[in-house]
Amino acid sequence: MAAPVFPKGYNIKKRRSQALAFGMFRILSISIVLILFAILGFIIYKGAGVLDWDFLTEAPSDGMTAGGIMPAIVGTLLLMAGSAAVAFPVGIMSGIYMNEYASKTGWTVRFIRLMTNNLSGVPSIVFGLFGMALFVKYLGFGDSILAGSLTLGLLSLPLVIRTTEEALKDIPDGIREGSLALGATRLQTIWKVVLPMGMPRIITGLILSLGRVSGETAPILFTCAAYFFPQLPTSVFDQCMALPYHLYVISTSGTDIEAQQPIAYGTALVLIIIVLIINILAGMLRKWFERRLKIK
Amino acid sequence: MEKIEARDVNFYYGDFHALKGITMDIPQNKVVAFIGPSGCGKSTFLRLFNRMNDLIPGARLDGKILIDGQDIYAPGTQVDELRKNVGMVFQRPNPFPKSIFENVAYGLKVNGIRDKKFIARRVEESLRGAALWNEVKDKLDASAYALSGGQQQRLCIARAMAVSPSVLLMDEPASALDPISTAKIEELICELRSQVTIVIVTHNMQQASRVSDMTAFFYMGEMVEYDDTRVIFTNPSKEATQNYITGRFG
Amino acid sequence: MKKIADKTVRWVLTASGFVTSVVILLIIGFLFTEGAGLFGEKVIEEGYVLAVNKDNPVRVLDAAQIKAVFDEDMTNWKEAGGPDLPIETFRLEDMDEYFTEEQLGPQYENAGTLITSLVASSPGMVAFVPESMIPDDARLVFIEDCNISPEEVFAGTEWYPTATPAPLFGILPLLAGTLWVSFFAILIALPFGISIAVYMSEVASERVRGFLKPVIELLNGIPSVVYGFFGLIIIVPLLQQVFGLPVGESGLAGSIVLAIMALPTIVTVADDAMRNCPGALREGSLALGATRWQTVARVVIPSSMSGIASGVVLGIGRAIGETMAVLMVTGNAAVVPHSILEPLRTIPATIAAELGEAPAGGAHYQSLFLLGVILFFITFFINLCVEYISSRNRAKNS
Repeated sequence: MAAPVFPKGYNIKKRRSQALAFGMFRILSISIVLILFAILGFIIYKGAGVLDWDFLTEAPSDGMTAGGIMPAIVGTLLLMAGSAAVAFPVGIMSGIYMNEYASKTGWTVRFIRLMTNNLSGVPSIVFGLFGMALFVKYLGFGDSILAGSLTLGLLSLPLVIRTTEEALKDIPDGIREGSLALGATRLQTIWKVVLPMGMPRIITGLILSLGRVSGETAPILFTCAAYFFPQLPTSVFDQCMALPYHLYVISTSGTDIEAQQPIAYGTALVLIIIVLIINILAGMLRKWFERRLKIK
Repeated sequence: MEKIEARDVNFYYGDFHALKGITMDIPQNKVVAFIGPSGCGKSTFLRLFNRMNDLIPGARLDGKILIDGQDIYAPGTQVDELRKNVGMVFQRPNPFPKSIFENVAYGLKVNGIRDKKFIARRVEESLRGAALWNEVKDKLDASAYALSGGQQQRLCIARAMAVSPSVLLMDEPASALDPISTAKIEELICELRSQVTIVIVTHNMQQASRVSDMTAFFYMGEMVEYDDTRVIFTNPSKEATQNYITGRFG
Repeated sequence: MKKIADKTVRWVLTASGFVTSVVILLIIGFLFTEGAGLFGEKVIEEGYVLAVNKDNPVRVLDAAQIKAVFDEDMTNWKEAGGPDLPIETFRLEDMDEYFTEEQLGPQYENAGTLITSLVASSPGMVAFVPESMIPDDARLVFIEDCNISPEEVFAGTEWYPTATPAPLFGILPLLAGTLWVSFFAILIALPFGISIAVYMSEVASERVRGFLKPVIELLNGIPSVVYGFFGLIIIVPLLQQVFGLPVGESGLAGSIVLAIMALPTIVTVADDAMRNCPGALREGSLALGATRWQTVARVVIPSSMSGIASGVVLGIGRAIGETMAVLMVTGNAAVVPHSILEPLRTIPATIAAELGEAPAGGAHYQSLFLLGVILFFITFFINLCVEYISSRNRAKNS
């Protein structure tokens, strides 16, 4: 048997190509961190000077060249709450159905999952069109917080379903069987045992879905968002301002760029702060949950 | 002529002291079997010979291991060169998701051999050496996953032998296989001993007695006894060994 | 009692299980009805007609020809299959040039007859006038008004939804814009995405990974308007300077912003796929003397190819559907782009920019819904691809 003669120096060559490849990967990865910090840093640097108590608590004035963004903040919070009211109950129930009731191998689960995945891939502007056609026109809600919340709720539904399903999937079957063996009904088992165990992870997912809703613009363009609506909304049939739409309007169709750019930076900063808070909250919750699992 | 020399080897996984002061010599072109109950450290010890444990975070080694007189843990050791020289066959067959041919050619290619003719010849020789050639010669381009478990394991042996290592480590190579495949693997081990030094970890004492020249018995991270296989199985000097091979525990 | 409660709950849960399917059906239903309505609309603006002299044999003009005639790109009837006769156009705005105020009368009550006789006396004239204004007169005939045809829409290269007398709804420039921007976005994002995924799953220590992962998640969480704003303030002027462009808003600006936005999707999915590659394969490769890089390139990446592919396809889906950021930085010119450095316009951006101004129920409004249908089906198809890839992968692994 002719033993292979390995080329001399190849080991050096292959180690060098590894150093080269890994070095490149490292540089590219560092660059992405830099990009993130560039975006964050830039907006924080430019926006921090604008951000003060008046900016957060005053309505825009002088043709949106002065004043604050309070109505937009309130509007975004209202939309987050409204979409949560739509998506959370339905999404969680749907996730429970998928994991606890439907047969795991049957066509229903596969079909629903396919549809849910497809819905999560539908572009947000299509949700906007749909919301306009169904809620604004067909059901006659008009441009309103109600129509906007419903549209955003449908948009975040797939995310809520998926987190619920994944949270429940990780709960071992033995725990369910243990409860059923004690004479509890399936509903009692879900309500008293399964849901409480899955809750921390479900909540993490819900918080992240709120984050997504807070930044969406396209779905509310034609269902809810108002260009300028300085008073606070009084009913769900009112329009409202929203942070992302406000940022869009101010940065693209501004009338006085000099005066409006600081407002744009401030608005972007507030949006980013919301996203940061939500991400940090979700991260802390996840860590806390993991630690609790470990102790057990 | 000693192929592998271990000198006072201590190994830790974090705080866990997995191997306790092991010293042993493995002679060239012999088959040495490591036996012992699960968790006794025999696999850990085996994986030190090609530095496979380097991958585990928090692992630490004291002592020396020499192959052909070279300290393989000395600074500046080229781990890939070491592993080229010290082949390994794992507990479960782990062919790559590639064709049969590409699996065997892999070791040659990653070590810089480009000559297609040579690779083809070498693949054939290695498959013949692993008694697999006649079964696969018409489907070298088929996926390795199309083979049965036993065939896959022989393919992994062929793959390891293709780069012509001087040591072959086998970590319970037959534990996932049926008796007929196991017999084929054992036959193969007996044929390969003229070319390489083989260290085999096994749970199966009959297997150890059938294939090995020397046997080491491990217990709780210590090497209790190391001697000719015949002596270990007929007249062990330690009571623990006696108890283990007669099946009183383990 | 307990049993009834249990049953009710079961029903409610089952019903909510099917909510997403219902929503998909509703989306298809609503978008389709509105979008398909476009093909029932007439080419010429509602309530208006194109009147020509009865001696002019031309009776049919398609939308593109009408636009060419009124843009004065087409100046002779023989180009439309008629006699060799120069074309004169007449719009209501031109009235003052032909008639005095006394002739027209204080309420323009004479306009109809005046225009009729004008057209009757000029053989090459075509007049764009409200139907109600023109009395029945044998001396002039109307150009036949056809429905907007699918070829005009799907093969049309001009998007002028507000042009009069005949708006053009050719979607090709928008489709081309969408595909160009997404293609370049993926071209930029792919090397970064795969590199970062490899780095995270194969090279980085647990600590570095623990730092990178939240960074990627945060990048995913930043709203698209913020990316658009950043692009507008930083990337657009930068491109303008670097390439010496007349305007910085361009396809490339959109691609860069989209690349950053598609990155987290690609990285997360590819990283998951590579981490799921069995350790036994890695060990097998390392044990043959392969370096870690050889192991990654020859074993880990090929065996997690389908997962990586899903990530890339999902990233493409995200890029194609993204609206706000693209709207803000691409310059929104509805022409088939010749270079990525020119302004262009994507389908989602078109919907977002124009729906607010399109009168509900009109052809323009419906055409935007049709764009929505197209967008929906592109992403639907992409999702089915991902589903197919990952189901094949599951079959292979089991």
